[in-house]
Amino acid sequence: MDLHDKDVVSIRDFSKDQIESILDLSEKMVPYASGDKTERILDGKILGNLFFEPSTRTKLSFESAAYRLGCNVIDVSEMSMTSISKGETLADTIKMVDAYCDLIVLRHPYEGAARLAAKFSLRPVINAGDGAGSHPTQTLLDLFTMREAKGTLDGLSVVLVGDLKYGRTVHSLADALTMFGAKITLVAPETLQMPDDIVSNLEEKGCRPRKTEYIEDAISQADVLYVTRIQRERFPDPAEYSKVAGTYRIDNAILREAKSDMIVMHPLPRVGEIAPEVDDTPHARYFKQAFNGVPVRMALLRAILGGEYR
Amino acid sequence: MMEQHQIKEVKLAPIRNGTVIDHIRCGQALNVMKILKVNESNIDSCISIGMHVASSKGAQWKDIIKIEDRELDSRSVDKIALIAPEATISIIRDYYVAEKYPVRLGEKVVGLARCSNPNCITNKGEPILTEFTVIRRNPVEIRCCYCDRILLNVSDNLL
Repeated sequence: MDLHDKDVVSIRDFSKDQIESILDLSEKMVPYASGDKTERILDGKILGNLFFEPSTRTKLSFESAAYRLGCNVIDVSEMSMTSISKGETLADTIKMVDAYCDLIVLRHPYEGAARLAAKFSLRPVINAGDGAGSHPTQTLLDLFTMREAKGTLDGLSVVLVGDLKYGRTVHSLADALTMFGAKITLVAPETLQMPDDIVSNLEEKGCRPRKTEYIEDAISQADVLYVTRIQRERFPDPAEYSKVAGTYRIDNAILREAKSDMIVMHPLPRVGEIAPEVDDTPHARYFKQAFNGVPVRMALLRAILGGEYR
Repeated sequence: MMEQHQIKEVKLAPIRNGTVIDHIRCGQALNVMKILKVNESNIDSCISIGMHVASSKGAQWKDIIKIEDRELDSRSVDKIALIAPEATISIIRDYYVAEKYPVRLGEKVVGLARCSNPNCITNKGEPILTEFTVIRRNPVEIRCCYCDRILLNVSDNLL
């Protein structure tokens, strides 16, 4: 597969083989991501990091990935500091930034913003999260973390826990996992269950996700427990948020029911969903998962800008 | 059969010149009227609307509209295809059917409807036409090419 000059907007744009190829290249990038080896294959290139919504891990890991490959970074971190606050359209902003860099990474509060950017940009665009929509590079690093821990992605039993309604990471992840024949269990309060259209889409692809409100129903069979934060900022009504906040908390007592090699993942930040005591168990993978953002994004930058894909 | 035919003719009189939109899904006639943007102030000729009329093909019941002295533009026909995918259009000239064709839904729907997701970038004043992929033809289901959401209430979101 050749990713040279291609956009990365949605995980749906990739086939199973393409995902496997990206993960293979990501694996090769690990020693470079950790600084054990160095490579400056993108020396002289410029990455435009446009973050119109707050981000810590995604923004920093894109910057780290770029610098590790010798690529320079220009960035915007707030909408208020751009001409968008003066009424400029995103389309115009993109056409302007296009002239200043070789690749655009975009996080934006509106769904479909990355698709629009890809349409107006002559340079490749990577979607770093658009509203409650897609976050394909998060999905790739989640898959990479699972494959790294379990040796394969085929037929894993994956339990998704928490905010399955508004959480963009779980929508893209569930979509991608169906390609690998995963057995998916959806654990959420009724009001935060996975939207029907997304469940229908999974069913059309041959996956029959099981729904429950109780982690205890699912944990003993799980290979992967993927926990998400219940996001206060996505709730229109604060009263609704307070009804479901703190519903799930993973601690060592709950993990006694789990397989010894079951891994706990979380896209972070966590706000009480996982007790700190879990950090010291072999189940904890969320900080490794955060690190994996660097080799996966290095693989994408290298494949898109370097044109090399081995 | 003969008797039934005569009764239909009485209910919706033939027109001399104009357009007949037939086999409209039952209950959609008034939504088709919205697409045609006809009202008392902008049309001088007769419009006949038949609702819940016995159908000779497919569904048991249908709606039908006859508009005198007017032929439809392609944009209106494309919109009708979204809410009445089985409809047929007949152009009538001097009481005869000069042309008859079914409405047709392509693979993509461009610039005909707005996305029902208020947070979609297409609802934020960007210089773009909306674009949807047709994922089901009857009943019609379309997915926004930008935000990936399935459009709810097509008839309420026509542009």
